[in-house]
Amino acid sequence: MGFGGYVVRRLLLVVPTLIGVTIISFALTHLLPGNPALVKAGPLATPEVVQEIERSMGLDRPLPVQYWRYVSGLLHGDLGESASTGRPVLEDFRQRIPATLELTLASLLVAVGIGVPLGVLSAVHRDSVLDHVSRVLGVGGVAMPSFWTGLLLLYVFFYLLGVAPPPLGRLAADVTPPPRLTGLTVLDAALAGHGGALLSALHHLMLPALTLGFAVMAPLTRMVRATMLEILESDYVKAAWAAGLPRRRVVYGDALRNALIPVITVLGVIFGFLMAGNVVVEMVYAWPGLGHYAVTALVTKDPGPIQSFVLFVAVMYVFVNLAVDLLYGLADPRIRLR
Amino acid sequence: MHWRRLTANRLSFAALCALLVVVAAALLAPWVAPYDPDETDAAAALSSVSLHHPLGTDLYGRDQLSRLVHAARVDLLVALSATAVALGLGSTLGALAGYRGGWVDQLLMRAVDAVMAFPAFILAMGVTAALGNSTANVVAAIAITHVPIYTRLIRGEMLKVREMEYAEAARTVGNRPRQIVLVHLLPNCMPPLVVQATLAMGFAILTVAALSFIGLGIQPPQSEWGQMTAEGAGYVVSGEWWLVLFPGLAIMATVLAFNLIGDTLRDVLDPRMRGVR
Repeated sequence: MGFGGYVVRRLLLVVPTLIGVTIISFALTHLLPGNPALVKAGPLATPEVVQEIERSMGLDRPLPVQYWRYVSGLLHGDLGESASTGRPVLEDFRQRIPATLELTLASLLVAVGIGVPLGVLSAVHRDSVLDHVSRVLGVGGVAMPSFWTGLLLLYVFFYLLGVAPPPLGRLAADVTPPPRLTGLTVLDAALAGHGGALLSALHHLMLPALTLGFAVMAPLTRMVRATMLEILESDYVKAAWAAGLPRRRVVYGDALRNALIPVITVLGVIFGFLMAGNVVVEMVYAWPGLGHYAVTALVTKDPGPIQSFVLFVAVMYVFVNLAVDLLYGLADPRIRLR
Repeated sequence: MHWRRLTANRLSFAALCALLVVVAAALLAPWVAPYDPDETDAAAALSSVSLHHPLGTDLYGRDQLSRLVHAARVDLLVALSATAVALGLGSTLGALAGYRGGWVDQLLMRAVDAVMAFPAFILAMGVTAALGNSTANVVAAIAITHVPIYTRLIRGEMLKVREMEYAEAARTVGNRPRQIVLVHLLPNCMPPLVVQATLAMGFAILTVAALSFIGLGIQPPQSEWGQMTAEGAGYVVSGEWWLVLFPGLAIMATVLAFNLIGDTLRDVLDPRMRGVR
């Protein structure tokens, strides 16, 4: 089958998944005890008032009708309103997405920058000290809750060594924020040529990115090591040895290139980890992103943002997995036949 | 090779011991805890590690060791209940889908896909936020996110064993479908199920802790490891390290133990996997 057919088939699979996702999200917002009318009416409302609000919100209509309204609202970008900020959730999201994106990208950079070389080197030098270190990190890394690593890093680098800033957001209080272009503070500061802001932004990004990067590094390293080992044992690599090709070229040329293909598949899983980790790490460092916003809204008994956040992440996750599958199909033609 | 097998065994032995200590502490909490976990003592507030308070005290002077030991009960109980519920529900649905096939299978698998379209922790957040904070709801939230794993696993195994000769034989002698599935097929799906459930315990503990850390899980005054860490989080910047270090260590040790035991079980139950890692 050609790549085109594979793309179409894979794209079609997205439709039932998205329907399923919206049904679950609908169930979470409309069916469960957290009745939106009750929330909107407040604790002191009489049953009549609640009923009136239910009618005005269309909650007295049959479920399929409600679901349809919900989905068409979503398609028009209606994620509901936040009771705590009094603004549309979508607008609040737009404001906070860059912070989450910046943290996610920086963590991915940390995880890939350390995880991939570590995995490759521990496969090439199997059973060396480095290999043992990477395995301990791999086993330990998945067992450490990221809020804990974050707090430990904070204790060491902020309290003991004094080299990290206090966990209070993205910039030091006395630094003027750079003009907002992309919303990524590091990038904005660099574009504005604002050296002080750039340094402060990187300084504040350091520990959160390290925490989150460490959390997702373990599965990545494991995967790279395992595929690299498998490939180093394969016939064509053995043939290359036998033909007398230089070791360096075999290992870091052909073998590495082929080992990195399956790694694409973990990117989907890693994205899921990153989104989950984001919530917790944003709470530890008061990082003003989506997760922080959603959880803080909940403290004020406002369940809207958190459910929109859950839906938003799930939809992103569906498309990330789609992209991963398509990339994988592109890199490895055998996949298209499945 | 010998050396590595030996360390693997030694490691899993250590993991088993660690787990036994945690379980014993949880079961015997009221007897091994030196203090009442809720007993406040203003004079001893925020005191560091000492002979009187081996793991220090918090702002209210509550003994951290006692709180930690009582928290073990909650963490293990929630993880165990969530795993049991998910295992029961998931394997029933999986057996149904795998043995029946047809539209039942299609419908169940689409539902499973939809649940798996959410990153597990994010869905658990949504479910607890919708149901409200309570221990039972945390169990439900974690169970929901774990059900698909077992459904897929059992369905796959079912498809495999359904065609085997002993299944054929059981059908031929006139057994009812339910009997075939329960008596003849399910027991043969057990090994991967046991491995999965062990690893899931680790995940479940991490999830309870993280949910409680962000305020969505177990509520105070009941102590729970993640929630204890959250209470101590504010003191890290002023140097009261013991409030955060110990609950985190408890989480890590327990999760690590479950993971190592799960890995060893996999090696033992599925010899083909031996030596791969």
